[in-house]
Amino acid sequence: MNSAAFAVISILTLAAALAAATLQKLMHAALTFAVAFVGIAAFFFLLGAEFVGLVLVFVYVGAVAVLVVFTILLTRRDVKKSERFNWGGVFVAAAVFGGLIWSIFKTSALAVAAPQIDSLTVKRIGDLLMSNYVWPLQCVGLVLTAALIGALILVMNDSEEV
Amino acid sequence: MTPTLQLFLVVSATLFSIGLLAVLSRRHAIFILIGIELMLAAANLNFIAFWRFGPQPQPPTGVMIAIFAIAIAAAEAAVGLAMVIAVYRHYRTTNVDQLDQLKG
Repeated sequence: MNSAAFAVISILTLAAALAAATLQKLMHAALTFAVAFVGIAAFFFLLGAEFVGLVLVFVYVGAVAVLVVFTILLTRRDVKKSERFNWGGVFVAAAVFGGLIWSIFKTSALAVAAPQIDSLTVKRIGDLLMSNYVWPLQCVGLVLTAALIGALILVMNDSEEV
Repeated sequence: MTPTLQLFLVVSATLFSIGLLAVLSRRHAIFILIGIELMLAAANLNFIAFWRFGPQPQPPTGVMIAIFAIAIAAAEAAVGLAMVIAVYRHYRTTNVDQLDQLKG
């Protein structure tokens, strides 16, 4: 595992995520959101989970980011004066961050290097999905179908009296 | 020096805190959804990192959980954004502070 690649990816990801959380313009935030997810997918590649990285790029950069951009464009008339920033949220987030960092560095068992690993092939993932994880897979299919129908019903025009 | 598990956990904790910051401090509904997605991605990063740094060989449970979590997060994003559009149609706003009709 390359430490230079790790440093570059982590700086890119965290900077993009911070921009997505704090930028005033919604459209800029949506675009930096996509960049942050490209960075997270790069982390997954670095960790040897190439399939999950690809899925993340397809789902987030391909679908969710486009969905966010569409929603922003459809609700655009709302962009008026800059909202007030809630400093209470900053304090809570900083406190959670401090607690997490403190507990991570306190636990010395976590300071391990990555062991050698035989690569995780897509064939292995497919075999597992069709054997051990077949019920969760079916349930996720059901959830996605329900979400599709639910999203359609939510945005259906009220005046049609369905 | 190669990155240890601690460094990945630090990155993941930072990502989670940024998502929490977005959820707690922004008043726009789309920003809240973006924050939730960032927190879910941080959790996924933790799952994959613990799988990668755990004793080998072992079944890729962390990877499978991450795949299912991504699917659930996609469904959540679709329904959440549909709700933002539905709320915007009714109230002409996406600012969650103004959606206080149920306030006692």
